[in-house]
Amino acid sequence: MNSLALLGRYYAASMRAQLQYPGSAIMLGIGAFATTIIDMLAVWALFDRFGQVQGWRLGDIAVFYGVISISFALADFVSRGFDVFGSEFVKTGAFDRVLLRPRSPTLQLIGYEFRLSRFGRMAQAVLVLSLGAWAVGLDWTPDKIALLAWTVAGGAALFVGLMILQASLAFWTTESLEVFNVLTYGGVQAGQFPLSLYAGWFRNLLIFIVPIGAVAYYPVLALLDQPDPLGAPDWWLPAAPAMGFLFLAASFLAWRAGVARYTSTGS
Amino acid sequence: MPQILVEDLAKTYRVAERDPGLMGAVKGLVHRRHRTVEALRDVSFSLEAGELLGFIGPNGAGKSTTIKILSGILKPDAGVVQVNGRVPFTDRIAHVSKIGVVFGQRTQLWWDLPVSEGFDLLADIYRVEPARYRANRDELVALLRLERVLDQPVRQLSLGQRMRAEIAAALLHEPDILFLDEPTIGLDAPSKLAVRDVVRRLNRERGVTVLLTTHDMHDIEALAERVIVIGHGQVLADSPFETLRANVLAERRLVVDFAHEAPDLNMPGVEVRSRRGQTLELAFDPARTPTPTLIAALAAAHEVVDIHVGEPAIEEVIARFYDLHGASEG
Amino acid sequence: MDAARPYLAAFSSRFLLMLQYRAAAIAGFATQCWWGAIKVMILAAFFAASPGAAEASPISLAQAITYIWMVQALLALTPWGSDPEVAQAVRTGSVAYDRLRPVDTYWLWYVRGGAWMVSRAAPRAALMLLAAGLALPLLGLEAWAWGPPAGLAAAGFFTVSLGLAVALSSALLMIVNIVVAATLTDRGAVVLYNPLVIVFSGNLLPLALYPDWAQTALLMQPFAGMLDIPLRLYMGQLAGAWAWAGLGLQVFWVLALILVGRAALARVMARLEVQGG
Repeated sequence: MNSLALLGRYYAASMRAQLQYPGSAIMLGIGAFATTIIDMLAVWALFDRFGQVQGWRLGDIAVFYGVISISFALADFVSRGFDVFGSEFVKTGAFDRVLLRPRSPTLQLIGYEFRLSRFGRMAQAVLVLSLGAWAVGLDWTPDKIALLAWTVAGGAALFVGLMILQASLAFWTTESLEVFNVLTYGGVQAGQFPLSLYAGWFRNLLIFIVPIGAVAYYPVLALLDQPDPLGAPDWWLPAAPAMGFLFLAASFLAWRAGVARYTSTGS
Repeated sequence: MPQILVEDLAKTYRVAERDPGLMGAVKGLVHRRHRTVEALRDVSFSLEAGELLGFIGPNGAGKSTTIKILSGILKPDAGVVQVNGRVPFTDRIAHVSKIGVVFGQRTQLWWDLPVSEGFDLLADIYRVEPARYRANRDELVALLRLERVLDQPVRQLSLGQRMRAEIAAALLHEPDILFLDEPTIGLDAPSKLAVRDVVRRLNRERGVTVLLTTHDMHDIEALAERVIVIGHGQVLADSPFETLRANVLAERRLVVDFAHEAPDLNMPGVEVRSRRGQTLELAFDPARTPTPTLIAALAAAHEVVDIHVGEPAIEEVIARFYDLHGASEG
Repeated sequence: MDAARPYLAAFSSRFLLMLQYRAAAIAGFATQCWWGAIKVMILAAFFAASPGAAEASPISLAQAITYIWMVQALLALTPWGSDPEVAQAVRTGSVAYDRLRPVDTYWLWYVRGGAWMVSRAAPRAALMLLAAGLALPLLGLEAWAWGPPAGLAAAGFFTVSLGLAVALSSALLMIVNIVVAATLTDRGAVVLYNPLVIVFSGNLLPLALYPDWAQTALLMQPFAGMLDIPLRLYMGQLAGAWAWAGLGLQVFWVLALILVGRAALARVMARLEVQGG
């Protein structure tokens, strides 16, 4: 059975396991929807009071927000294994079991769980994006749809990369580093507004260190047919999501170093 | 060529030490002190296909390090390891397709899934051909009496049922070698017997090579023809179990009940191991003090009610063995 | 005094236990700094965008920034779910042991929950005060800093109100605990409590910044007493008679929720005993 088919089997099994408690799965999904949709409530209240910000309207912000949230929801479906890697695999020695199976550890960890409750987050992200696109009159031409898919793929790659990086560090710390939530959940939070709203140091952090801006701000400008008020060249805007894949590749290097360390220290 | 070949295996861990408290954690980020622990030095042995080997030793003696190296999840510092002609840790995926591993305290099944679905998933993971998988599964289910638990989620199984399911799970892909790490730990007596029975039959009837670590000497006594005793990272003995018992301790035990309070015995070559109420437990070497002579001497001097002759318990054999080699824990 | 002993003991043991989780406190602090910084920058951008609307805003940008840092500092006082200890006791069935103790279960859980919140909040609040109240001004960033209270009276009202906020949060936490005990899961209806707290306590956005037509209702609802009322008192937004009214509102909700909670817990426990749980 090839890797993709096996991943399908893993997820089918994971979903069956979660559906043993259907009430709980549904409530968690509704909860995820409710806790994320309220972000837009705050944004709406601010626009209601102040009208606009740097020329952006509520609909524009909803598009920024929707795109980054879809990326994160995609990553969040599949990254549970990396999220709990320190506490559930390294600390307990369960990673031994992963190494005892004739498949790549990455595949097994991605297959660890498919988080059904994240449908709530995905539903809210899609809803916000659709409403925002409708409000700003975004025309879904094929090239816009392709750009959206490319952007969301790059964003998901970035977030999976962040979680793999977090898991890799657990080979050294044996704990799941909760500080990483600043970069994942905090990244979504930061990426839902145009970078031009932030101070320079924070903008640079989001472009060069953790490239949230590359998978949200720049491609969404292209989606909205807006030039970058900060002066980035037009060709860069749709190309930027590639940074997400670069980040993912870099995090795999850290992951491999971690696995090598594990097999030479056994802990 | 033996199926498992281990020569001059050595493994040293570097253990980071940290001062307690917040300052210790901060200092640990900047500068770490390390202590080296020699887990294995110079371990050599070999195993032919179809053997059943018991691996015993105190905690930290190097048992699990050896198992981890043999199963390919740990890299040794020095030495030769070959299993089925492969080097486990360089050829991990090919190697682990051919071995089965059961850890007594950890599950490899999925907690919320029925046993049978876990088996299906494992067959996919190990790429077992569907017809072979079905045949194997049915045979193992019958052998391990799993019919009644197949549809239950793993979390609902008793420990004994779970361990039988674990063993079946480790064998679905028809491994040539089975590593069992503490397979009877925490089980009740009937489950222990069932597990031993299955392991014996797998070894005898299907020719699976078994390498077993355990703290329970009854496992060793019931199963292993050959025993390796490991201590301080070294092989202390490698021999048939009966030879080990005979060599280490030729000692006999005599438990005597008297009609009166047990006397304070003082005989050359006889050691008083305990004296409680009317009962006395003696240890002696039958080569120096023949058993009939000792019994006759006791009966002549005292009013004896009952006499029981025995051998020391296996745990004691091993403990004595470690004492001889200075390899006991601590 | 003697009657209160078991409750004091429960409070202090939980408090000391939670203080040990330093790594969690530091991680929490880092997260709250990040969140606070984003919110401060976003609000500043909105205030700068339309000077007219900023002039008309019921709170100034400086007040809003102080409000945001204080929300981040006191985040642990507005728990988003049930007390994890109670949830675990319900899951494992050890809730029965709490019934066997010769103490009032409501007050036992109430003080333990209070200790849990205060012990988590105290170190984070201290760190946040150092960072946003001291370090930022020292770095020449007064405009972004956690400012001082509006005056001596405001400081006094804030202190009393903060105490009432803990009492109120504990009473609300008890309602959630009781729902968990009744439904035997902390993944049920309780998950909807989370967004309610975030919005209506002022955590998401200072309540004053929501539309003017909603203001009266926002102030009257129980969650306002967890954060928003103490912070309005701190900033002097509620002063004089209005300050006393704010405190009165908190007292009203504390008493009402305790009465409701005690009645509900008695019914839930009676049912658990009938089930032989």
